[in-house]
Amino acid sequence: MSTRSVVPFGPQHPVLPEPIHLDLVLEDEKVVEAIPSIGFIHRGLEKLVEKKDFNDYVFVAERICGICSFMHGMGYCESVEHIMNVELPPRAKYLRTIWAEMSRIHSHTLWLGLLADAFGFDSLFMQTWRIREKILDMFEYTTGGRVIFSVNKIGGQRKDMDAEALKKLLATLDEIEKDLRSITKTFLNDSTVNTRLRGVGVMTKQQAHDFGAVGPFMRASGIGLDMRNLGYGAYPDLEFEPITSEEGDSYARTYVRIQEIFQSINLIRQAVAKIPDGEIAVPVKGFPKGEYFMRVEQPRGEAIYYVKANGTKFLDRMRVRTPTFANIPAMLEMLKGCQLADVPILILTIDPCISCTER
Amino acid sequence: MSIMNFTKTVVKNLFSKPATRMYPRQPRNYPARTRGHIEIDIDSCIFCGMCSRKCPTGAITVTRPQRTWSIKRFSCIQCGYCVESCPKKCLSMHQTYTEPDGVKRTDTFAGPPQAAKPAAPKAGVPAAPKAEAPVAQKAETPAAPKAEAPSVPKVEASTAPRAETSAGVKDGGEK
Repeated sequence: MSTRSVVPFGPQHPVLPEPIHLDLVLEDEKVVEAIPSIGFIHRGLEKLVEKKDFNDYVFVAERICGICSFMHGMGYCESVEHIMNVELPPRAKYLRTIWAEMSRIHSHTLWLGLLADAFGFDSLFMQTWRIREKILDMFEYTTGGRVIFSVNKIGGQRKDMDAEALKKLLATLDEIEKDLRSITKTFLNDSTVNTRLRGVGVMTKQQAHDFGAVGPFMRASGIGLDMRNLGYGAYPDLEFEPITSEEGDSYARTYVRIQEIFQSINLIRQAVAKIPDGEIAVPVKGFPKGEYFMRVEQPRGEAIYYVKANGTKFLDRMRVRTPTFANIPAMLEMLKGCQLADVPILILTIDPCISCTER
Repeated sequence: MSIMNFTKTVVKNLFSKPATRMYPRQPRNYPARTRGHIEIDIDSCIFCGMCSRKCPTGAITVTRPQRTWSIKRFSCIQCGYCVESCPKKCLSMHQTYTEPDGVKRTDTFAGPPQAAKPAAPKAGVPAAPKAEAPVAQKAETPAAPKAEAPSVPKVEASTAPRAETSAGVKDGGEK
């Protein structure tokens, strides 16, 4: 048996701007075990729910994450709305769906860029982020913010998209789709990219199930679960199938995420075609009392929101189970047996969001 | 698997305009909805305090007796909750962002003196003169040393750092 050594990875690492620390136990260049530690950027946002008015907390919930900020706000609002038995107007549901899918495009293009950066293909990284810029501009045009949107509120949406905005959105999506098709060929067919991704970090279907992986990470291992099928927002009216791949390696994860961008573009097109006229919010009176579990499919996977309310304007408890938290055990299993040089790319393929995880 | 997939993109980039902008020279056109900073039309403000009660960060302070409205620019998160809740619609969101500053500044706006109550019309006093009205002044910041009067600190704030820098230069020269 060769000698074992421990190499610290993170919390500062060039590939991953977020602070996760791993102690990698190595045998020569091979990883035998990875021991994680997180908690470097805990902000106490869940505790804050006891001191903030439940209407104001939407702004805090949005700030849990900078990438899926819209979906965090939406998940919190939907759970409080369920407790208060608020029926959302149909237009608000469609608007939420459109913005949520725009967030998915924005998150997945960001991830593709980071992946290209991680395997050292910097021009591909820049091209991907050039495409992402268009969706960010569209966010600013429709909501007024590029990262924090502040359009969710309990009982509906704060802002509407008029016909002109929807038309502009469709035109932008056409451009994005065209640009993305051309770089998709590089991501999926290029030999250098394939050498880096094929067969690296294989996670079998059974392992993904046993370790409770979620999101594209799980779907790349062949489990076709998608929380959008649960029927929140306008998803029951839209047609889509969860995208899966059987291979379970890094290439499969890239493939699933790229196809999900095209799926999101398709979903937005369907939603824009079907969006009904009408109110975008209903007035909400009184205070919530009760508890609810809300499950939302975020770009990174399934997020769970648990809200417990006691009938005053302050909530008792708000808990977020973020997708990255669920993916970390599966990631540690995946790291076993891989080469040290592949570790950064493997951590990246779960699309980790440590700021979400630590809240 | 194939090679030369990226060539088309590369060639296209060689003959197209840059995707970026020469930023300071070519200013950015903000969309109408961009949430930059809050402005107040102090003349129509009734100092009801609704905005300060709704503000999730407590950035807005309204004092009804003194008729002032102040906002901590660096606490404001540009959520637009105050703009929505203002009953007189005198608050509005503007596109330009708050400029960087060395101190966390608070902007105070003083409203025009209250017009005479319509309950006492016989006095014949005309409504308070509006000529001297909207005086927007920058109040003292918590970081700055306690100022004597709230009307002067703008001058002090602008002179103090200059004095410091000149002293620094002088020291450096002596060394």
